[in-house]
Amino acid sequence: MPVSGPPVATSLPVGSDADLAWVRQRIRQTAAGLGFGLVQQTKLVTAASELARNTLVHGGGGHVEITPVTRDTTRGLRLSFVDSGPGIRDVELALTDGHTSGGGLGLGLSGARRLVHEFELDTGPGRGTTVTVVAWTADVPAARSGE
Amino acid sequence: MTSPHPGHAAAVPVLALGETLLVTLQGDLHDRTAEQLQQDVTHRIVRSGAAGVVIDISGVDVVDSFLGRVLAEIAESARLLAAHTVVVGMRPAVAITLVELGLTLPGLTTALDVEQGMELLTRSRPAAADRRGRGT
Ligand SMILES: Nc1ncnc2c1ncn2[C@@H]1O[C@H](COP(=O)(O)OP(=O)(O)OP(=O)(O)O)[C@@H](O)[C@H]1O
Ligand SMILES: [Mg+2]
Repeated sequence: MPVSGPPVATSLPVGSDADLAWVRQRIRQTAAGLGFGLVQQTKLVTAASELARNTLVHGGGGHVEITPVTRDTTRGLRLSFVDSGPGIRDVELALTDGHTSGGGLGLGLSGARRLVHEFELDTGPGRGTTVTVVAWTADVPAARSGE
Repeated sequence: MTSPHPGHAAAVPVLALGETLLVTLQGDLHDRTAEQLQQDVTHRIVRSGAAGVVIDISGVDVVDSFLGRVLAEIAESARLLAAHTVVVGMRPAVAITLVELGLTLPGLTTALDVEQGMELLTRSRPAAADRRGRGT
């Protein structure tokens, strides 16, 4: 079943640490409005914070698109973190717990993936990086098996 | 005192209570504010000779790997300056999220609230008390 949503995507800039704070706040508000529980909100906002910081630090800045989506009767939120930075050469490696190219803990990408229901990484050397995640207000295992 | 530099988020208050510094984090910290806090706390430890630091995060609704790392580094640098750090008031949703993120911060001492954090620090300071009390 395709994921469809109303065309009300919000785009926010990711260019400074003040932007990161604003992104967290807006995603929290949107998720709360869609009916996400407190733990779900916290997981999603934390994942978003990791991914937006990667956009800022590794990607040289970019933007995030916030789109409410629905599948069957379940509501969710899709977040795309977009930059036109150097891209990621070895995706497997970047997604490994503890791998960092800088002084980080290397938990951002791998940890964010664990905190959401769907995770997609579109990147390549010189192509920039887009990370798209979706979280649903309810766990729907049947819908996730991909029929 | 409360006027932040333009372009800087407001500073975090650090309060001295006897031999303990009480740091209260509120709301959404900007990265720069969190980094500034590490400097502020370490300087205050040295200036005041504080033996303990309590960091109250009950007002914090998100701890990501950046803030988690800052908390761990504050505790580490305080330890090198002979002060114990206790992080108190973590919200349940934050604890659940940190575990799933993979950031369990094993080096951090925690307590449920400020009162218990203070008590923990007093109990873990036997050296001074023993020296005064028993003279063994
Ligand atoms: N948007 C991006 N553009 C380019 N490289 C990226 C991007 N996001 C992640 N990476 C690469 O993937 C690696 C792993 O990212 P991850 O967020 O897991 O760790 P980190 O950012 O290095 O450390 P941490 O997030 O724990 O502070 C990074 O070190 C970086 O090399
Ligand atoms: Mg990261």
